[in-house]
Amino acid sequence: MTDPHGLAPLLADHPFFRGLKPEHLATIAGCASNVRFDAGAMIAREGDEATQFYVIRHGTVAVESFAPHAGPVTIQTVSAGDILGWSWLLPPYNWQFSARAQDLVRAIALDGTCLRGKCEADHDLGYELLKRFAEIVAQRLSATRLQLLDLYGQTPARP
Amino acid sequence: MTAAVPHAPPAAPMTPHPFVVQRALPETDDTFTLELAADRGFEPLAFRPGQFNMLYVFGVGEVPISISGDPATPQTLVHTTRVVGATTRAMRQLKRGDQLGVRGPFGTAWPVEEAEGQDVLFVAGGIGLAPLRPALYRVLSRRERYGRVVLLYGARTPDDILFRRELRNWRADFDLEVHVTVDRATREWRGNVGVVTALIPRVPFDPRNTVALTCGPEVMMRFTVLELQRRGVEPEHVHVSLERNMKCAIGLCGHCQLGAEFVCRDGPVFPYARVRRLLDVREL
Amino acid sequence: MATVEYTATLVPAPRLQAVFDALIRRGWTVLGPVRTDGVIAYGPVASTADLPEGWGDAQDGGQYRLVRRDDAAWFGFAVGPHSWKRYLHPPAFRLFRAERTDGRFTVDPGIDEPPRLALLGVRPCELAAIARQDRVFLGGPFADPVYRRRRDRLFVMAVECTAPAATCFCASMGTGPGADAGYDLKLTELVDADRHEFVIVAGSRAGADILDEVGAKPASQDALAEASRRMEAAAAAMCRTMPGDARGVLRRQLEHPLWEEIARRCLACGNCTMVCPTCFCTTIEDTTDLTGRSAERWRRWDSCFTAEFSYIHGGSVRRGTAARYRQWLTHKLAGWHDQFGESGCVGCGRCITWCPVGIDLTAEVAAFRTADAASSP
Repeated sequence: MTDPHGLAPLLADHPFFRGLKPEHLATIAGCASNVRFDAGAMIAREGDEATQFYVIRHGTVAVESFAPHAGPVTIQTVSAGDILGWSWLLPPYNWQFSARAQDLVRAIALDGTCLRGKCEADHDLGYELLKRFAEIVAQRLSATRLQLLDLYGQTPARP
Repeated sequence: MTAAVPHAPPAAPMTPHPFVVQRALPETDDTFTLELAADRGFEPLAFRPGQFNMLYVFGVGEVPISISGDPATPQTLVHTTRVVGATTRAMRQLKRGDQLGVRGPFGTAWPVEEAEGQDVLFVAGGIGLAPLRPALYRVLSRRERYGRVVLLYGARTPDDILFRRELRNWRADFDLEVHVTVDRATREWRGNVGVVTALIPRVPFDPRNTVALTCGPEVMMRFTVLELQRRGVEPEHVHVSLERNMKCAIGLCGHCQLGAEFVCRDGPVFPYARVRRLLDVREL
Repeated sequence: MATVEYTATLVPAPRLQAVFDALIRRGWTVLGPVRTDGVIAYGPVASTADLPEGWGDAQDGGQYRLVRRDDAAWFGFAVGPHSWKRYLHPPAFRLFRAERTDGRFTVDPGIDEPPRLALLGVRPCELAAIARQDRVFLGGPFADPVYRRRRDRLFVMAVECTAPAATCFCASMGTGPGADAGYDLKLTELVDADRHEFVIVAGSRAGADILDEVGAKPASQDALAEASRRMEAAAAAMCRTMPGDARGVLRRQLEHPLWEEIARRCLACGNCTMVCPTCFCTTIEDTTDLTGRSAERWRRWDSCFTAEFSYIHGGSVRRGTAARYRQWLTHKLAGWHDQFGESGCVGCGRCITWCPVGIDLTAEVAAFRTADAASSP
């Protein structure tokens, strides 16, 4: 499928997609569209079906959880260059956290449902994408563990 | 390479000199700053960024605290400390006019002269911003000698951010990039949330021409070095400030040893390449 | 720099008293070996009658016993729990007194005037230990004035070892049983049924002056040959050796399971650090009186085996015994090289004798060496 919005060059520039074969890039671009969120807009809501993921090009996104007594609590922020969302990859395909634009956010939205189908059809493409997502998840896990260690707290946890 | 000996090692390094509290400022819940001046008849304490003093509270005890003031104005000796025990608790009670015993300065310095001509990346975690601040002052006072200057600072929560006003001024006045993040956000926080290492990929700098200075909990420094290595900064160009139990501060009591290094004398500032293997061995 | 060669003299045992007298006349306090509390320790000696005549020692891992010799030797033993370290690097020293009035305090370091001490019976391993501590306390960017003052007021009478203990291994450390330097006088005891005399050679002008005053006659070739023979016999009698390249082996095996195995035996009692003549760690203690107006700071011997030694931020870096034993052994045999250019161990064997469970560092290093050899390609 051709690249209706001409986003392949933009994607190719992004570190996440580096090294992909041109035909894979074109396939992915076929599921891509340019989006923007105003400051304060909800990008994703916890529990909703995760049909898309985002390549952030500009701005900062707060990954949030809503606690009844505390309201929305920001757990992490992601910004330009980061990937937002992997729940589209794995069942039950629902957002685990909410995401809100902290300021003006420009991103490339990728249709997860569409991409899933393409990955089933072309396992090479699937493998390339999964490799890259595994790295992102690993990095986030590492970062989250560091946050958990509460290193700056009074009695820092020791490894 | 950092030099091992300060300009003028103290002549009687085991005798505290009296300094008088000029100002005592609370910074956060558990952190405070003391601004000191040498007592009548005593010289101000000239120091290099990264060095520390042994601070003595009469009859209570003595602790090693990094100097966090401006090396260009040593007449005001500044120490920013966290309360972690009896002596620091007693220090927090000090008021203007009270006396504190000072021995120092001791230890090695941040390589601010050697970094001239390069990009400088400061990565601070928690109270680690305090020992880095003198180096920042020094770099900013000769700003034209450096390339890009970046400060990445991670605090526990927004309420634990140190030197808030200065951070804002630096960001506003100078050619200095400042990025602040917190481990845990509050309702009102609109800034970054996440570990300070997550800020590193966001900052453009030339890894082959960068000197990185980092200070904070050891775990944080280890991960910072990892992330910097991922960006292509060699461990020889990353400098860390280590902490160990110190009693004498002059390399004779043996307490501060890490392998064969006396942290009080061969450190506390080390090029990471020199201590990497030592930090990898548990309980060394 | 030209080294002065002093002539070896032969002094009959009764005449040794004259050496004592000459020293006492010059204002020296003589310390030497004395039998006390079931050991041979160091204390004031006024005459040769105070020396432990006819006594020897039997030592092994965790064992020490005084035994009767079948001769009248005055120095027929090796080393006891004391080392001379306590006289140069005092176990407790007041760094200053401070007084507070109206929120201001003054610090008074006081005057430190240690006595002039003449040490009799300094073994070659102990000469080496003193040389090690000279490097530690006087060779760095910050010299220790407490050590310096004591070191400058010392007269050293070395005694070569003719009766090494089973725990001695100075020969393999290159520190004994004979000595070449570091003394004012060196004595080698020649004793059997027919004779009791000393080959004494000066090592300094001060030593030579004492010998002159005593009227010592030059030693005969026979006497010198006999002294040599006894030294060789002593070296050959040693039954323990430190394996070569302890430094490299230990550095490579920092994470070997053997440390945990040692830790199952080690009590972390710190005896080894107390009896070791080169261990130098101290701690600083700040105290105050009940009124809060007077304060003192003391420097005291400390041991890396204590739980608080590496305390920082609410916990200790070296939490377990394995880590602490490793710190002691690797500092002594490896780190010391990096810090001071030589091994920190002088082969005196005290740590083996006075360890309650008899841990033998020479055996442990041998075990690490075997493991190291097995692990290398």
